[in-house]
Amino acid sequence: MQAPVLDVKKLKTSFFSDDGEIPAVDDISFSVKKGEILGIVGESGCGKSVTSLSIMKLVPQPPGKIVSGEILLNGENLVPVSERRMRQIRGNEIAMIFQEPMTSLNPLFKIGEQLIEAIKIHKKGNKKEFEKQAVDMLKLVGLPRAEGIMNEYPHQLSGGMRQRVMIAMALSCGPKLLIADEPTTALDVTIQAQILALMKSLNEKLDTSIVMITHDLGVVADICQRVIVMYAGKVVEEASVLDIFKNPKHPYTMGLLQSVPDIRNKQDRLYSIPGNVPKPGSITTGCRFAARCEFVHDRCLADDPPLYAVEEAGHHTVRCFLHDTGGNGHHD
Amino acid sequence: MLAYTIRRILSLIPVLLGLSLIVFFMIRAIPGDPAQIILGQLATKEAVAELTKQLGLDQPWFVQYFTYLGGLFTGDLGESIKTKSAISEEIWPYLAATLELSFCAIAIAIFVGVNAGIISAWYQNSWFDYIAMVLALIGVSMPIFWLGLMEQWVFAINLDWLPTSGREEVRNPISSITNIYMIDTLIQGRFDQLWDVIKHLILPSVALATIPMAIIARITRSSMLEVMRSDYIRTARAKGLRMFWVVYKHSLKNAIIPVLTVIGLQTGLLLGGAILTETVFSWPGMGRYIVDAISARDYPVIQSGILVIAFIFVMINLIVDLLYAAIDPRIKYN
Repeated sequence: MQAPVLDVKKLKTSFFSDDGEIPAVDDISFSVKKGEILGIVGESGCGKSVTSLSIMKLVPQPPGKIVSGEILLNGENLVPVSERRMRQIRGNEIAMIFQEPMTSLNPLFKIGEQLIEAIKIHKKGNKKEFEKQAVDMLKLVGLPRAEGIMNEYPHQLSGGMRQRVMIAMALSCGPKLLIADEPTTALDVTIQAQILALMKSLNEKLDTSIVMITHDLGVVADICQRVIVMYAGKVVEEASVLDIFKNPKHPYTMGLLQSVPDIRNKQDRLYSIPGNVPKPGSITTGCRFAARCEFVHDRCLADDPPLYAVEEAGHHTVRCFLHDTGGNGHHD
Repeated sequence: MLAYTIRRILSLIPVLLGLSLIVFFMIRAIPGDPAQIILGQLATKEAVAELTKQLGLDQPWFVQYFTYLGGLFTGDLGESIKTKSAISEEIWPYLAATLELSFCAIAIAIFVGVNAGIISAWYQNSWFDYIAMVLALIGVSMPIFWLGLMEQWVFAINLDWLPTSGREEVRNPISSITNIYMIDTLIQGRFDQLWDVIKHLILPSVALATIPMAIIARITRSSMLEVMRSDYIRTARAKGLRMFWVVYKHSLKNAIIPVLTVIGLQTGLLLGGAILTETVFSWPGMGRYIVDAISARDYPVIQSGILVIAFIFVMINLIVDLLYAAIDPRIKYN
């Protein structure tokens, strides 16, 4: 089997306040293979964005801090490396795009300046070459009149165009990994579909691995190959996209899928998981989903479940005692 | 940008006209008959009437105003009642002295204030931040004439490093060309005198810079803090950009706009002539010129002095407005 591009092992990122330590990401592990698109799904506040910022080591510090764990990028652990080394990695080996294309570009610099800057940080060359590369990137992401856009300011572009610019900028140094933190959430539906199609085609063309962070299962179904479901800072289920949709195991995943409106069966009311996402750090014993789970039993309240493999190859794992067959626990 | 500039300049015309009108009436609201004051308490009624006629003060106000306005367009600010010389020529050395001092003061205030604000925001809640902000608070609450006196006491009298007052060394007088002594001494290649001029500038500049510096530091800090939380700063960091450039390029350009407003206002205030500071340091500037004119009821001088200061104030605000548009491309479209 091929070595993964990104291998996150037992990552724990906490925020420290006067009330003590609040773990936003608690002991999560996952890996991304070359050319793979991995989805990270969960509700707001489940630790998705903190996970992505931890990988970039851009968690605001203080109050945030990576407490323990490893983030291996092609075998190099990023947790202990210097800020200097991190700067060489950001934008060059791992790139990131964000949720808000309207505010993610600096309003006072031309698109061209911002693109060229991204290239200039990591690549050698002269002004002409940078410029040509920037124009090529804009063409690659399907922007018409790329040369003209180079001289325009962000406020002259629409949200969809800005997100294309962000993608062009992110991919301009040929990163091995692209982290997309809810890249389509702020866009309207037709533009969403275009941006997803673009990301998928760039993933195939450039063989860039993508971590797609989203709360939208539709996005996952569209472009991901594998999914991890996060809940309150923990991974609760990991499986292929097919398994997640056809054969969800964790009560939370099942709840999420039930909350998706389905055009085929008419429902009066859309299903919603009872209760709210717990405040990070408020649950210290037992399963974090127990309070909202319809299958809850005594064991869930006493112990924190490990990840159990639900099929032999171990590609589908779930953090739930319902799937304890004795001896299939990962005990991570 | 050109169209915007022209539009902004044209919009100044009514402002300047209104300004001249306000100044004209303000002066006439001051009690006291100038002719009487010039001639003294013992002058005869006829002599006073004669002088009033000579000065044109017997004319209706609008005739007086339009005569005055007509003079302004030809660069004629009138004649001083006291010295009998043309104000447009007389005023320049005072204005030059104030310009030179204000320029130095605002340069110090901007350099120290902006950088202190940036570093405070960058290392928010660090010891640097705390100390800088406490100093800034002390700075804005300091009576400047007192600070000036303390500076003189420490640096001029006790340590004897710098001169107490004035613009130049009396035994080594500067032959003035532009009356801005730093330029004059440079043109003449008199570097000994240039050093002299700088030494005379340090204490009053620092005293004058204190309040603007403190205000600029505080505004810069809060503006930077807001900008540094924004999404595009995270984007810049995610590119792998050095923190130094993230702060001084991406953040500062966005954060500087509210700071520019304050810089403009403070520069205007300094150019108005800081009367107390100019008095403490015997600086022959605009503040002194106008105060002397007021005590002599020298109407034309007061009027022209205030008009010149107000004109400069308006011009500085024009520059600030143009700078906004140069920095932020979104402004000229609105």
